[in-house]
Amino acid sequence: MKALYALYAEPEAAQRALDALRAASSQLKFDPRQIVVISGEPHEGYEFTDEHATGIPYRWAVLGAVVGGLSGYLLTTLSQKSYPIHTGGMSLTPAWTNGIIVYEMIMLGAILTTLVVLLIGAGLPNFKGVIADPEVGKGKILVGVVDPPESSQPELARRLQGAGAWQVKRSVTTQP
Amino acid sequence: MQKTAEQIEQDLLWPLFHSSGKYWVAVAVATSLLLAGVAAFGYQLYSGIGVWGINSPVFWAFDITNFVFWIGISHAGTLISAILRLTNATWRRPVTRCAEAITVFSVLIGAIIPLCHIGRPWLAFWMIPYPNQRHIWPNFRSPLAWDFFAISTYLTGSTTFLYLPTIPDFAAVRDASGGLRKKIYSVLALGWQGTQRQWQRLEIAMHIMAIVIIPVAVSVHTIVSWDFAMTLVPMWHSSIFGPYFVAGAIFSGIAALILAMALLRKLLHLEEYLEPIHFENLGKLLLTMSLLWFYFTFAERLTAWYGNSPPEMAVFWESIRKQYAPLFWIMVFCNFIIPVPILAIKRLRTITGTAIASATVVVGMWLERFLIVVPSLEHKFLPYSWGTYRPTWVEDTLMASSFGFMLLLYLLFSKIVPMISIWELKVGLQPHFRVRTAAKVDRKHHGLAMPGPLPTDVTE
Repeated sequence: MKALYALYAEPEAAQRALDALRAASSQLKFDPRQIVVISGEPHEGYEFTDEHATGIPYRWAVLGAVVGGLSGYLLTTLSQKSYPIHTGGMSLTPAWTNGIIVYEMIMLGAILTTLVVLLIGAGLPNFKGVIADPEVGKGKILVGVVDPPESSQPELARRLQGAGAWQVKRSVTTQP
Repeated sequence: MQKTAEQIEQDLLWPLFHSSGKYWVAVAVATSLLLAGVAAFGYQLYSGIGVWGINSPVFWAFDITNFVFWIGISHAGTLISAILRLTNATWRRPVTRCAEAITVFSVLIGAIIPLCHIGRPWLAFWMIPYPNQRHIWPNFRSPLAWDFFAISTYLTGSTTFLYLPTIPDFAAVRDASGGLRKKIYSVLALGWQGTQRQWQRLEIAMHIMAIVIIPVAVSVHTIVSWDFAMTLVPMWHSSIFGPYFVAGAIFSGIAALILAMALLRKLLHLEEYLEPIHFENLGKLLLTMSLLWFYFTFAERLTAWYGNSPPEMAVFWESIRKQYAPLFWIMVFCNFIIPVPILAIKRLRTITGTAIASATVVVGMWLERFLIVVPSLEHKFLPYSWGTYRPTWVEDTLMASSFGFMLLLYLLFSKIVPMISIWELKVGLQPHFRVRTAAKVDRKHHGLAMPGPLPTDVTE
């Protein structure tokens, strides 16, 4: 995996670079999905981050909670009905106490679903290789294009520079 | 002077690559305590559970005291961290990971204690309540079965809550290291890059986890309290036990967090990050919980005294005037009389002051758990079955080793993971959200920047 990218000190500059790359994607013959924006911390209030905002994980968490609760309900009621014992006239499947198990299973369902949805949504684990630059850890924002067409690289570099790049690079660090 | 992102990363990664002499002394002390506990447990396995001081009618004593104590300590972390995250308290940033780690390790230790108590830990899976062919009835009516579900859910949730925000920091360590360490951290970081999609998803996941973990944390200690409250034992069968235990758990948890932060501050040289303001804020929370603990204790004792039921009064006087009076009054001193003035007077609410108050609270809360368990079991409803309990050296050693184990886990963890979240501190460096929003609007109004000349400093 190769990339041409630039490092920006300010998020505003990173946003300008992203806009410039998107505007030039058809002219320079690359897919906008090849654009990457990488930072060492999240940024709020910018289009380049807010465009990824989604409510889908919340809905999955609710679904996970429902499945967890249902599992708890089935575990308790089916177990109690499979092994009938004398309860002295009390309910064989008491809602009060079974409710505690169901409650915990609801929470467990939501937790596990959230974890799975995060991993899938964030593309983790990913051991194919990552773009990394030591400057990102120092507060810079990386904006670039993965595997850009060879012919359009000079123009891409010019546009990245024009957005206010601190540095433009062609090298790529790939982790194992 | 405000630090830069680069300085923050350097400072917080430093403890992972360097250790002071004090650190290794602390590790040696913790390891010694743990090994003493392992030896005591080995002796117990060889000789049988009779080497403990438990008897009829005191079937539960130090073990359940330790269990409730450690599950209580676990409330420091995840609960406080979740509340501070949801309320967007900015001062939380250096505190959250210290707190979340306490939760995971103390729940783990709490979960190990029943394994010691059952005497035959290799049959521990018999306790797991699921339909089976061993003719063991999975009794979902039992609070001990509720414990299993609550604690395993809490442990899963707390571990997830600790691990998720650590992923970007694992990636930071990966990028800053080489060789075998780099390979290990590459696995731990799961290939994290820091794309905007990953950040968004992580923040959403943390938000959901913070919402979910609060009711789980409350339920865990409520259910632990029901281990007692659901039985007809004097002074146990009380509806106040749920909130009383939750308040006590948060109380002891905050105290443990302050102690852990004070320790890390010294051992890992985090003086510039764990500042007096963090201790002061946590000190205020501790003060609130101390007052709340006193209120609950008073209300619980007053109700028993006013009812004047002979079995309850036997336990009541035993703990206030007779055999357990010294422990009871030490508890009141440790949980209320010592910490309240220290924490209420601003001049005393220093790092040292809050650490002293926290140390007394940890002692006081352990005594509180002991005084809930033992006097009641010694004096049940039928006087012919009354008994006495004295702990043996095996129980004392196991109790001490649980503290050593906690310390050791915490110290080793601080060598694997940055104890302060690097990326969250960097977020704190960013200008205020409104400024950024204004910039966004401005950029939209003024359009794109014009492409500049061909760059001359492209580096390979």
